[in-house]
Amino acid sequence: MKKKLTALLLLVSLLGAVLTGCGDSSTDPAPEKDPGGAEATARANELTVGIAQDLDESLDPHKAVAAGTKEIMFNVFEGLMKPTSDGDLIPAIASDYHISEDRTTYTFTLREGVRFHNGEPVEMRDVVYSIERCAGDAEGEPLIPALSAIQSMTADDTTLTITLDAPNSEFLSYLTLAILPEDYTEQDTAPVGTGPFRFVSRTAQESVVLERFDQYWGTPAALEKVTCKVIENADSIMMSLQSGAIDLFAHLTSTQVSQLGDDFYVEEGTMNLVQAMYLNNAEKPFDDVRVRQALCYAVDKQAVIDMAFDGYGSPIGSSMYPAFGKYFDESLTNYYTRDVEKAKGLLAEAGYPDGFEMTITVPSNYQPHIDTAQVLAEQLKEIGVSASIQLVDWGVWLSDVYAGRQFQSTVVGVDASNMTARALLERFTSTAGDNFINYHSERYDALFAQAQSCSEDAEQTAIYKQMLEDLTENAANVYLQDLADLVAVRNGLEGLRFYPIYVLDLSTLHWTE
Amino acid sequence: MKYAGKRIAMLLLTMVIVSFLAFAAFDLIAGNPAEIMLGTQATPEKIAALEAELGLDRPFPVRYGDWLAGFFTGDLGESYHYHQPVWELIAPKAAVTLWLSALSFFLIAAISLPLGLYSAGRTGGRLEGVFTVLDQLCMAVPPFFTGILLTWVFSLGLQWFTHGSFPGIREDFWGSMRYLFFAAVSLAIPRIAMTVRMMKSTVRTELQKDYVRTAISRGNDRRSVLCRHVLKNAAVPVVTFLAQTMAEIVAGSIVVEQVFAIPGLGRLLVASISNRDYPVVQAIVVILALWVVLAGTAADLVNQSIDPRLRLGGKG
Repeated sequence: MKKKLTALLLLVSLLGAVLTGCGDSSTDPAPEKDPGGAEATARANELTVGIAQDLDESLDPHKAVAAGTKEIMFNVFEGLMKPTSDGDLIPAIASDYHISEDRTTYTFTLREGVRFHNGEPVEMRDVVYSIERCAGDAEGEPLIPALSAIQSMTADDTTLTITLDAPNSEFLSYLTLAILPEDYTEQDTAPVGTGPFRFVSRTAQESVVLERFDQYWGTPAALEKVTCKVIENADSIMMSLQSGAIDLFAHLTSTQVSQLGDDFYVEEGTMNLVQAMYLNNAEKPFDDVRVRQALCYAVDKQAVIDMAFDGYGSPIGSSMYPAFGKYFDESLTNYYTRDVEKAKGLLAEAGYPDGFEMTITVPSNYQPHIDTAQVLAEQLKEIGVSASIQLVDWGVWLSDVYAGRQFQSTVVGVDASNMTARALLERFTSTAGDNFINYHSERYDALFAQAQSCSEDAEQTAIYKQMLEDLTENAANVYLQDLADLVAVRNGLEGLRFYPIYVLDLSTLHWTE
Repeated sequence: MKYAGKRIAMLLLTMVIVSFLAFAAFDLIAGNPAEIMLGTQATPEKIAALEAELGLDRPFPVRYGDWLAGFFTGDLGESYHYHQPVWELIAPKAAVTLWLSALSFFLIAAISLPLGLYSAGRTGGRLEGVFTVLDQLCMAVPPFFTGILLTWVFSLGLQWFTHGSFPGIREDFWGSMRYLFFAAVSLAIPRIAMTVRMMKSTVRTELQKDYVRTAISRGNDRRSVLCRHVLKNAAVPVVTFLAQTMAEIVAGSIVVEQVFAIPGLGRLLVASISNRDYPVVQAIVVILALWVVLAGTAADLVNQSIDPRLRLGGKG
């Protein structure tokens, strides 16, 4: 009898240990407060977006470098011009612009009634200040080197005239630079711009809060408040979506997307990145064009996309992604089709009949690139090349691979800082400071110089296309794909638009219920 | 008094050594804050300028000396990444981690002590085997896994809390506690199992000692011997073990904070290490060291009050 009682007691105490959660929560005064989170936010016309990393150290748009920071702050700032989702440029803070016949003089008319988020009107001096700040070389080098082409700027209250040294048909793209108030010193921590959303607050490693700017000159945003929550952990991202804590999350993997459930739909766009196995062209054995070509013949891009990305992604063949329709050349994509025999032949010719060993350095915080490298290593085995994958911290990648150029090969995605071909192609000129693959082609350098002095848009486009061909023919890198951008969107939320650059436009998003 | 002075000196020394090691480790590993801040737009000139701005161009001893001087005058410096005084950045996160640890510690103490004592008193019961297996199992599950499981059941299933929207301690104290509770449970489960097992074996060892047999043979009943004599003798190692637990909870919270998306010190530490945000990392490392040393000190003090013999040992 006593034994039975003890057994019962033990069971009860064990249960107690396991289920203390129940006891505690049921005594809570309002245990039913949270479940309707999703609907509650819908009614409140608010949105919570998840982001995988915190924003940059500085929120000053002229200093921010991280793509993830620009992605969100795109909603806060505007330039004289702004990009559209189709890849065009439209006037924003300028109401109108005119380009002279010879493409050396740009004239802008200031839009009337544009206000900064602090309530001050935008004046011409703010515009001049912002452009000069980006063009100035106070810290050794201008923030935007391309602005050094400005010969002179003259301005009155409503009109700004910029004269360039030489004709330049890409110049307009650089004038998407953010216009900031001149006498404001806290851009780093409390940024002020003119965009459809104003910055409200930021908590380190937690969130960034934006609110609709009611005095916006253009079409006002539909949402009143957007909170961007920082969630790094992959499991936590999925659970936060399912629990209703967040309504939208971009850049998910195909595996994550398949776990989403019925509350979400998926929008597929492109990441606008040139993902490739970048090869150090100055390092043996990749200093030999035949070896690089052999690698290109050994790799099956579509198989990489199928195996590592469940088929999401667009194959590419040079340093250009499909969203840049003007420059993208489809024929380069299949310039090298998988041919193991040909690859082996090229290797033998180059003096490596039995293949060789190589290292692929991959930043450990980018799972898609790690997955890609693994598939590549398998494919390279077939031509006798044995590749080992070395995972490094992002900080180490930046200092060793990118700045130090101490690497053999690396799988990453390279993006464009603005909507010009130059942003993607200048880095492969032999003297460019960010030519981390040490690409060297005299033809390429000459073409780039020619493109810069070209005043005719069509002609310039043709030259850029030749540069892309040069990269492909010389197998500068093993080009793979533009990654798919899979965005989970809660049902009822609509209006997501993709851009050819890495931004998330919050102004068109709205709840339908 | 002299003893207290000695303890404080030890404490400071420990923290200086820990901070020095952390500082040195950062100096040795690859990756530099200026390069990370500038990202793919870095040029040698820009890096040099930023390093000068951050004071990174100075030699190691000067930087460490500077930091130490600041530390002793209560100035932890400014975060590279957030341009915010380190203390301002850390304080709210430390509060969250502290509450999480406190909740978890409370659970461990409140559940494992009675349970351990009880199971020690019973040998060969019918449920002994089941109990041992369960204990093993609880010890083996890592907190992150329990965390995912608890979220599944209590957030996605029962919706008792909304995973991913931590309300903030100042905004909604009880809501925050409810959120932290589940993380605390996942953190506590393996430690509860360990403490129970530890307690059981300690108490059992004591029970086999001569004084127990003597006490029982003199006609005392088993229960009163257990409570009056055995418990006191068994308490010392258990208290020491709980002090270790306190230190380990904080370490474990780094993982659990990630799983539950709790904005605590752990997440900040991980992010700051990858950003190479030295001032923040330094401060957190020192706080954690302080925590561990304090837990040890507290255990010593408690033990001394339980067992006066230790007090004499402490003076020598």
